[in-house]
Amino acid sequence: MQFLADNFPLLRDAFLTTLSLAVISGICALVLGTILVAMRVSPVGPLRALATFYVEVFRNTPLTVVFFFLAFGIYEIDLQFPSRFITAVAALSSYTAAFVCEALRSGINAVPPGQAEAARALGLDFGQTLRTVVLPQAFRTVVPPLGNVWIALAKNTSIAAGFAVTDLTAALQRLSNANADQLLLVFAAIVVGYLVITLPSAALIRIIERRVAIIR
Amino acid sequence: MSATVLFDVPGPRARRRQRIGTAVGAVVVLALLGLGLWRLAINGQLDPARWAILFDPNTNVPQALGEALVNTLQVAAVGMIAATVLGAFLAVGRLSDHAWVRVPVIAVIEFFRAVPLLVLILFCLLFLPTVGIPMTAFRALALGLTLYNMAVLAEIFRAGILSVDRGQSEAAFALGMRKTQVMTTVLLPQAVRRMLPVLVAQLVVLLKDSSLGFIVSYLELLRQARSLVEFFNSRFGDLYTFQIYVAAALIYIVVNVLLSQVARSIEKRTRRSAKAAATEDVELPADVQMGGGGGAVPHV
Repeated sequence: MQFLADNFPLLRDAFLTTLSLAVISGICALVLGTILVAMRVSPVGPLRALATFYVEVFRNTPLTVVFFFLAFGIYEIDLQFPSRFITAVAALSSYTAAFVCEALRSGINAVPPGQAEAARALGLDFGQTLRTVVLPQAFRTVVPPLGNVWIALAKNTSIAAGFAVTDLTAALQRLSNANADQLLLVFAAIVVGYLVITLPSAALIRIIERRVAIIR
Repeated sequence: MSATVLFDVPGPRARRRQRIGTAVGAVVVLALLGLGLWRLAINGQLDPARWAILFDPNTNVPQALGEALVNTLQVAAVGMIAATVLGAFLAVGRLSDHAWVRVPVIAVIEFFRAVPLLVLILFCLLFLPTVGIPMTAFRALALGLTLYNMAVLAEIFRAGILSVDRGQSEAAFALGMRKTQVMTTVLLPQAVRRMLPVLVAQLVVLLKDSSLGFIVSYLELLRQARSLVEFFNSRFGDLYTFQIYVAAALIYIVVNVLLSQVARSIEKRTRRSAKAAATEDVELPADVQMGGGGGAVPHV
């Protein structure tokens, strides 16, 4: 316990880094993923192709490789992110956006065709149909899969540790070097740090799911 | 709902607008691409001599990358086989009638799904040696992948077992089979057959996750690429960095796309065969495909 008290500032900062990584990347991924899914179902062929290409590439590339390219690869075209943290956010959100897009697309597919047909019959154009009729219903049905993507994202932030972001997993590596005699305690503290994010999220998702579920 | 329900068939004016938009968009994309290529060319990255290194056996680069691919596949194969076997046991355990089996198994499954894969791997690498279990990067990686994926696969198998028509187990019981017999001779074979495409899809996820070996210094593709780059940097300066990284990423993408295709064709075959006529949609949930730790919300 003395050990935990001694390292509390380090653990707290690491936890906050992990949390903010997850939250910021989550928001970016949600926005990007929504744009992508709009492109994927849009009437314009090239947009569909572009979005499909994006999703296929990112779904088949390991997150570590995405990190790798954004951290080391883009030097070669004279680009650079202002900080390690922003690099991590960019990698996590561009990777996660592909999965958000897939989750949302399954939601759009679950909206009965009659809804969109009725919207079109009322004279709404594609943007209006999507914005006011289809997407609001789609978001409701995809609460569980989107929630799971969020939880997976929270856990995937651990990869940032390999790229010099001092998140929980980096704290784990640092503490385990310094406290070889208390390894179990170190691991327990780190795991609890992740569970503090994922378990309440899971509970919250279940509550939201029950609130917004559409009974068909 | 197919996409075509969302919009009317475009008329002449909309088509013209789309054509203009497509042209402008293509110009913008091409311009960005051109800009990127131009920057690369200015930095001399497109010089054919730099790319030739990837195919010249004298430089040892193709061998090293090939070896790394084998290493990657090796750890993925070990993880996959162990995870499948353990996952099947856990799935059966979770469906057990005895609470003293069921409850611990549920705890194990939920725990390993809730912890980030990287933390599991580090646990194997750092902690297990202190209690007298010798560890290498390979073992730690394989063990971490196994522990995480067995929990995921257990849930997949469970879904598969539950999806087998109830009449099957009822008929087996009516024939006088025991619970174990029903499970091993009737339910599991059908569940595995039904879940085969998902198993292959999970293999893609596992292969992606094996790139975490980079962080624990296992000589898989990414780490091998890194060490090759370091080797060349020390000799010739920053000459081949970009080329080697691009090669490593491309190998990943090609192998994964190939495996995905295999999964898709298996799925088609299962759909066609009469014995598995009732196969439902077996796409992996998006969060499981993300790797590194699926969701903690139990699937039904």
